Amino acid sequence: MPPRMLPEPTPETRHFWDGCREGELRLQRCTDCDGEAYFPPRPFCPKCGSRKVEVFKASGKGVLWSYVINHRPRPDMGTEPYAIAVVKLQEGPKMMTNIVGCPQTPEALPLDMAVKVKFEKQSDDISLPFFEPAGA
Amino acid sequence: MKRKSVAVVGAAETTKMGKIPDQSVIGLHADAALNAMADAGLKPSDIDGVATAGISPVELAHYLGITPTYADGTSVGGCSFMLHVRHAAAAINEGLAKTILITHGESGRSRVGAGGFGRSASSLMGQFEMPYGVTSPPTMFTVPVLRYLKTYGLTEEDLAWVAVIQREWAAKNPRASFKDPITVDNVLNSPMIAWPFRMLMCCLVTDGGGALILTSADRAKDFPAKPVYILGTGESVETPMVSQMADFTSSKAFRVSGKKAFEEAGIKLADVDHLMIYDAFAHLPLYGLEDLGFCKPGEAAAFVRERNTAPGGKLPLNTNGGGLSYMHSGMYGMYALQESVRQMRGIAPAQVPNAKISIAHGVGGMFAASGTIVFSNEAP
Repeated sequence: MPPRMLPEPTPETRHFWDGCREGELRLQRCTDCDGEAYFPPRPFCPKCGSRKVEVFKASGKGVLWSYVINHRPRPDMGTEPYAIAVVKLQEGPKMMTNIVGCPQTPEALPLDMAVKVKFEKQSDDISLPFFEPAGA
Repeated sequence: MKRKSVAVVGAAETTKMGKIPDQSVIGLHADAALNAMADAGLKPSDIDGVATAGISPVELAHYLGITPTYADGTSVGGCSFMLHVRHAAAAINEGLAKTILITHGESGRSRVGAGGFGRSASSLMGQFEMPYGVTSPPTMFTVPVLRYLKTYGLTEEDLAWVAVIQREWAAKNPRASFKDPITVDNVLNSPMIAWPFRMLMCCLVTDGGGALILTSADRAKDFPAKPVYILGTGESVETPMVSQMADFTSSKAFRVSGKKAFEEAGIKLADVDHLMIYDAFAHLPLYGLEDLGFCKPGEAAAFVRERNTAPGGKLPLNTNGGGLSYMHSGMYGMYALQESVRQMRGIAPAQVPNAKISIAHGVGGMFAASGTIVFSNEAP
């Protein structure tokens, strides 16, 4: 099996992937306008364009927003069928992820289920932020 | 944007459609282009503007022996050709070129001379979507749909109806890949691709191409075919990552593009006789019907099920059979445009009687982009 495709951080996203490695889900917010959290990472506010933004540690909590259960082969995953999910974080942004710690079935994956982040180490540099049912 | 005074005077698809292992990508572009030039009675030396996606307009111009004064390589996915039409209309109005050729060719099935579907691991998609196991459009385009279904109390059966009714249109089209009737049960028992999507809710993967030739409306009457006028156009883009769509139940790009096209054309919903909505997957016509305003949010599924878009219905939709049953090479927008032009010329296999206004509405990427063209067979 080929190694799982992993992200290559860029200077603008480095803080996010450093955070995952250190067990923190890091988001950004603007210190010039309304302070609303945003994702994916970028060094300016997507609402007002200000470069005065800060990185902060997010709660790691959210709800299952939508997903599909992929049955098609993806050689570097090898775990089909698996859910490709989008989680809506408590702070507002949505992010793609996988749901771990539960069966990959529609019955086990009701929308709006509370989930929490669970980091899993993939390499020395990269840990991926997965989510698991909050009750787990 | 200025009121359009531009018309389609040449339109054709590739000679063959479906499985074409003896033609490469650029060969399909050229075949469609030559067919469109024959349709318009033109030679390559008569063309002074080119636009294409998938390959570069430089490759296209050189291959066909065209020296253009206008080249557009806008590439935003399957609706790129709607954007090319829009830009070409503006360019002709502005005098940048007189006669513009727009081509599409794709060896989606046979992969002859075709590139890959790669994303760099350092792109935003490579960092924030690819690691979670997305493979190809069936595992990306589909991601928002469970939220849409839950929001409006709909089910997989509502998606299945879209495929069933489009197959009815395909049955009338001799060039359609799939023509045999299907039922909701057939769709719901077809192989699982990415739950809740079954194979028959997903588009075909075929080979083919198409080309359009545009010129000013005042020249259009001198061409052999009935001119098809461009009344209004729209375009927009939203996000390269489906997970970052602002609203999983509605496409912002659809809403912006559609509104702009209707405003430019100065038409109302009730004026539309024929509609094409790019259907890479069964949910797209539902989003399109709602985001263009034909249905209220959440009501498109019932509108389809009640046969409003079916043969004999009041709003004939995807009358070539669509990406689900006619053909889908990868960037289907060109085929939606071709069917709108056929309907306006009065030569479609499933011709809508007396149709005067047709809309071709496209999507690019996974809800990433949109383009909308309003056509008419009556001069504005």
